[in-house]
Amino acid sequence: MKHTLKNSLVLPGLSRRRFLNGLAAGGVLMGLSSYIKPSWANESTHLGMAPILSGTEFDLTIAESMVNFTGNPRMATTINGSIPSPILRWREGETVTLRVHNKLNTSTSIHWHGILLPFQMDGVPGVSFNGIPAGSTFTYRFKVQQAGTYWYHSHSGFQEQTGMYGAIIIDPAAGESIRADRDYVVQLSDWTDEDPMDVFKKLKKQGDYYNFNQPTAADFFRDAAELGVGKAVSKRKMWNKMRMSPVDLADISAYTYTYLMNGTTPAGNWTGIFKPGERVRLRFISSGTQSFFDVRIPGLKMTVVHVDGQDVEPVTVDEFRCGPGETYDVIVSPEDDVYTIFAQSLGRSGYARGTLATHKGLSAPVPEVDAPEWLTMADMVGDMSAGNDMAGMSGMDHSMHGGMAMAANAVHVRHAKTEYGPSVDMRVDTPRTNLDDPGIGLRNNGRRVLTYADLHTPGGDVDGRDPGRDIELHLTGNMERYTWSLDGLEFGKSTPIHFRHNERLRVILHNDTMMTHPMHLHGMWSDLETPEGEFLARRHTIAVQPAQRISFRVTADALGHWAWHCHLLYHMDAGMFREVVVA
Amino acid sequence: MKMKTTLRCLNKNLSISIMAASLLTLNIPSAWAQDKMAMPEMQHASHSEAKSEMDMDFSGMDINDDKQPMNHSEMNMDMGSMQGGSAPADARDPHAHSGGFTLDDSADVQRLVLADEYNFGSLLVNRLESVNSSDNSSSVYDLQAWYGRDYDRLVLKAEGDADAGKLQESSTELLWSHAIATFWDTQLGIRYDGGEEPDRSWLALGVQGLAPYWFEVDATFYIGENSMTAFTLEAEYELLLTQKLILQPRIEADFYGKKDLELERGSGLSGLTAGVRLRYEIKRELAPYVGIEWSGKYGDTANFASANGQSKSDTAIVAGLRFWF
Repeated sequence: MKHTLKNSLVLPGLSRRRFLNGLAAGGVLMGLSSYIKPSWANESTHLGMAPILSGTEFDLTIAESMVNFTGNPRMATTINGSIPSPILRWREGETVTLRVHNKLNTSTSIHWHGILLPFQMDGVPGVSFNGIPAGSTFTYRFKVQQAGTYWYHSHSGFQEQTGMYGAIIIDPAAGESIRADRDYVVQLSDWTDEDPMDVFKKLKKQGDYYNFNQPTAADFFRDAAELGVGKAVSKRKMWNKMRMSPVDLADISAYTYTYLMNGTTPAGNWTGIFKPGERVRLRFISSGTQSFFDVRIPGLKMTVVHVDGQDVEPVTVDEFRCGPGETYDVIVSPEDDVYTIFAQSLGRSGYARGTLATHKGLSAPVPEVDAPEWLTMADMVGDMSAGNDMAGMSGMDHSMHGGMAMAANAVHVRHAKTEYGPSVDMRVDTPRTNLDDPGIGLRNNGRRVLTYADLHTPGGDVDGRDPGRDIELHLTGNMERYTWSLDGLEFGKSTPIHFRHNERLRVILHNDTMMTHPMHLHGMWSDLETPEGEFLARRHTIAVQPAQRISFRVTADALGHWAWHCHLLYHMDAGMFREVVVA
Repeated sequence: MKMKTTLRCLNKNLSISIMAASLLTLNIPSAWAQDKMAMPEMQHASHSEAKSEMDMDFSGMDINDDKQPMNHSEMNMDMGSMQGGSAPADARDPHAHSGGFTLDDSADVQRLVLADEYNFGSLLVNRLESVNSSDNSSSVYDLQAWYGRDYDRLVLKAEGDADAGKLQESSTELLWSHAIATFWDTQLGIRYDGGEEPDRSWLALGVQGLAPYWFEVDATFYIGENSMTAFTLEAEYELLLTQKLILQPRIEADFYGKKDLELERGSGLSGLTAGVRLRYEIKRELAPYVGIEWSGKYGDTANFASANGQSKSDTAIVAGLRFWF
């Protein structure tokens, strides 16, 4: 029965374009799902494809479901049979009970991303609990102490990649302060038809397996013709000498990924409906396992009002980058009939796309994906001068420049002694600390792009204490071996990081790699600060750009064992992970 | 029988092997590990904070001998201190903030195990080809397999050629591969040569890795029976013509410590092979190729060949398949 259906769904001669944009009707095949279609699946909802569950009691069933995003049916790991998982709507101050039933033949877990709770409820197997064994039920119960946009996902193996992610909306006890006529979750993710472990194994064997944007001989001759042979050579010399790739923007590309918006392929075109003149709140949740998204809505300004579940002072932009784990709520006020929501991957190999329209069926032009750029000196070396304006430096005498570079960097970088071995391919001695850089691919693109320097949580620092001490952690890796670590140590070789209960401390994250790493600390807020140590914004996930050094403060008020890791799933699984013990 | 030979060889050369292994782990690593990049010594005496060796190297980075005006956008600089090297005295202790806690502290929770503690494995058949020249046609295989973790692996290397279905020459190595630097592994193990010719067994000590400018290098020193020694150097480069069309130059040189009359091999440089293969990656794992390869014999090896009426050098057309999984 299944066999027949499966065959009829395979499309012969699937074109590359079709693959990239996915199936228009792609998604969970309810009829084939091993999970029985429940009554709520029939609810019509204006919040994307995912059903909404609200109240204080929830039953979440984890099972395999058949999906088809590309023309090839595959088994996905789903919660209540949908991708994304149901939107959970909670109310601040209430105690929620979530019974998670594991119908898989393997262990599972759910982590409530950004939610403050007892550590035993945090859902990280091997850190906060033992996971939810096959066939069993685990009951999560905790008091909801916050409000805003959050999300949840599996923290077991690669289940997040295979479909286990959903949105959490918590209504403030005092009523919503952000006024909007419409409210949509826009959850961005990446899907692969491959077994994620196979993807990981390929990366272990060839770190640039999925990168089809590598410098070629043809590029060299083009540069030589345009710039001259000397410049074409020198443009490449340092990269090649160091065995570093200038195009190492993303480990996994659209070669295997289909990018989804609310579980819908670009061809499927998820659509949010509005009436002209309405204020529309879009809750962007970045759930790509290995993908950063650069989001814009051509023709519309977006006012960022809420980030990582915290209100921020409104800032109006054309575009923002969101890394795995981060959430950004924006307000838009559309006047025309139709707009495209465009979320291109940082690697520029593909995009997720949806539409805002006055009625279903409309679509606006979809922009071309920007041309990928080469990483720059700032991404490799950091702050070589007082600013990032490299052009201004040309013609300067070397010895003089050397002096300036040293002077501009008061910070004396101390790498861990474990960063001098095979686990680390590069160390940054002159990190950049400025937060007003939107990052590679977004610089000087003619659009107003959000940066971390734009984020201000109203009311300022809640704790108010000065940090009692600094904990420094370097983000490290070796692309050639595809190893990822902190301070040059993968998780298995690491020891936990001890936060003293109720202390206020400063964490310094220093990126010794050429990729951006969204670092997610569980259980406690990461209070982002300026290079000068002034409070900026309360975050749960902080993306550290290549050669960047960022600091944030933590109030260690949550006793127990917590996870702290890069939210790029394949980096986390490679060992870019620490346990934090608050005691 | 063959196993016995191998063991005997190992016993005989035990003391030599230990010495050589020590050399390998002490000397070669530091030489390869640092990958010093022609860096002038630092001249910023004025920077008081530049105390450590690494700081010296860093500052040196900004000074080039040629004193040409610099252009950052071209990134024409030396970045020696950013890679390799050894930790300075004031390097941080990565366990400084553990507070005495370990990952196994929790009695109730079985600790997390991530992929850094998994074993992986791979087989790369780099060359599986037919070789055709004016006076010879044969089939050649050259593969490398590994199993293990990120920094310690069991490696199998096998290379050989067959003529008319019969194995002429083969060389098989079983090695423990240990990562000693960012781009370099040391390899220690045994090699067995078989085929139509008399068997030879060797102890193998080598380094394999990636040299600056992306040259893949495999250099191995061998100690055999009767104080026989050998050294093999292989280097490959991958030039991307397009994202899928790749030109791969490859050279191999074989040296021997002394003459082997049975195998008609002289001492010193014995054989040199240089080839270039053009492959098309249908997918990363599967690439057919064509190429041309020149090989030459040197010294007494060449003289032996001449005496047997064989030519000292040969040029062949090769066609084959490169694949891995």
